[in-house]
Amino acid sequence: MQPSQPEAIQESHASIADVVGIMEQTALQKLRSSQAFWVSVALFVLVAFMAVLEPSFGTAENATNITRNFALIAIMGLGMTVVLITGGIDLSVGSVMGLVAIVAGLLLTWHYPWYVAFASGLLAGVACGAFNGFFVAYIGMPSFVVTLGMLSIARSLAVVLSGNQMLYQFGPDAPIVKAIGQAKWPVHSLEGWAPYWIPQFSSHFWVMVIMALALGWVFIFTAWARHLFAIGGNENAARMTGVPVDRIKFQAYVFSSFCASIASLLLLGYSGSAINAVGTGYELRVIAGTVIGGANLMGGYGTAFGAVIGSAFLEVIRNALLMAGIDSNWQGAFVGIFIILAVLLGLGTSGKSLKSFFTIKRD
Amino acid sequence: MSLLEVQGVGKSFGAIRALSDVSFSIEPGEVAGLMGDNGAGKSTMVKLISGNFPPTEGQIRVGGKACHFHKPLDARAEGIEVVYQDLALADNLTAAQNVFLGRELKKGIWPFRILDKQAMIDRSAELFSELKSETRPRDLVKKMSGGQRQAIAISRTRLSNARLVIMDEPTAAISVRQVAEVLELIRRMKARGVAVILISHRMPDVFAVCDRIVVLRRGTKVADKPTLQTSPEEITGLITGAIRAA
Repeated sequence: MQPSQPEAIQESHASIADVVGIMEQTALQKLRSSQAFWVSVALFVLVAFMAVLEPSFGTAENATNITRNFALIAIMGLGMTVVLITGGIDLSVGSVMGLVAIVAGLLLTWHYPWYVAFASGLLAGVACGAFNGFFVAYIGMPSFVVTLGMLSIARSLAVVLSGNQMLYQFGPDAPIVKAIGQAKWPVHSLEGWAPYWIPQFSSHFWVMVIMALALGWVFIFTAWARHLFAIGGNENAARMTGVPVDRIKFQAYVFSSFCASIASLLLLGYSGSAINAVGTGYELRVIAGTVIGGANLMGGYGTAFGAVIGSAFLEVIRNALLMAGIDSNWQGAFVGIFIILAVLLGLGTSGKSLKSFFTIKRD
Repeated sequence: MSLLEVQGVGKSFGAIRALSDVSFSIEPGEVAGLMGDNGAGKSTMVKLISGNFPPTEGQIRVGGKACHFHKPLDARAEGIEVVYQDLALADNLTAAQNVFLGRELKKGIWPFRILDKQAMIDRSAELFSELKSETRPRDLVKKMSGGQRQAIAISRTRLSNARLVIMDEPTAAISVRQVAEVLELIRRMKARGVAVILISHRMPDVFAVCDRIVVLRRGTKVADKPTLQTSPEEITGLITGAIRAA
């Protein structure tokens, strides 16, 4: 291998590239064309603005709350990102949360150990994902249809299994379950090292950080992720070059349900109870978060960081609106508007510019 | 011994007879033109040889060994590679990522077995420079011209040291200069002992590089002649049916 040779060739063709306008992307260009980067900037500005305007916004307590609230959406967003990259969508995540909470909650009320309950909950969630993945990947049905069906099936199973009761008498392991869901680090205490201006981040937040870092690593370094992006870009090409397309798509849906299950178990621990309505409507918030973070509904684009930052952005907006005294019933309208805006902006990254979008309208 | 022998091959799709009793063989380092009008059975023939589906009757032998391909990977394992007409590229990936799609180079130990990106970029750059293509490994395919895409698709076959490369209309969508480059590449593959089946509608390209021309019409073989013993006029007549057989 002579490293100098390819470089020399690239240089000699630099003039041609200038003429036809094809440029190799530099790190800075990549950053500038990244939606996640601009959302991060917007988030930073929003936080700075709110901190100045509203004294109760910039407190460590509020930071603890915000990071806990968006962590669950972001965890599910990581799974959703994987599915969106393949060009699919998973509408069942909210219902899967409900089913997982009820399965784990039932086993806890029957006095099973917490790990049996959690493992069974995870198993139920992953089974939903396997169902979705099987029909999408191996039967070839549209993901919209299959996961919409699962949205209904999983919610119904949750209602039936729970007997439409709230489950809260969790037996001997209830303290452990609560400890998992309510743990914080670093802890504010007299003998602790952490000063009071550092937020006490929730276990939800730390689980999200670990999962996002792990998925980010997978996206950058593994062939599996490379294949995931190839499927979203040109599924036929991936198939013809020998990529195991069906298996990878199947795994994407299983991973999405796995993420929803983790989120559900954390919420179960935090609230110390399980109701069959857990996660109702979450699919919309999850999709909104990931799309705002730069994932493309047409497939082929998305990052782990984008899923986190998009969810954080939505939550900060929600929090800011609450503090500004706007009726919380307006939140749905804002979430909807942000989905539409994010997709509109995303058209720029999928090859169509905003300008062409408007000119099509005029024709 | 022939590299590829197609013996009495036929293929039916339900009631539709796409190919019947076609036989020919390809020697190592031979460039054969496969010609025929739309619907003559060229694509079916390519799909049979490249393992997309098995023939209804007859057999395909590679290196003297009877082969039963059920998926493209089977054919690839025997050293048969296809450059598809739509080139099978993912627009959202870079040139190097497309070249190595499905056979990425990796380093490290499981579970931390990671992509060896630098090696793939370096190897792609080498392949592109062999093709004298101005394609750069880190560029996104989305922004590339037809010729650059072609270079990527051809580079893929070079990776695996294929013994037989099937090229489906490689010169249909590219500039005149790039056509000359692709034809030159075919000659270079031939010089290395790689056999090429060239499927093309462009008579000058076929006559420029092919040793032999096979003509299909309505699912049967109507001619199989050395290029030097035929003419564009005769081939045109055979394709259209003005000349029944040769």
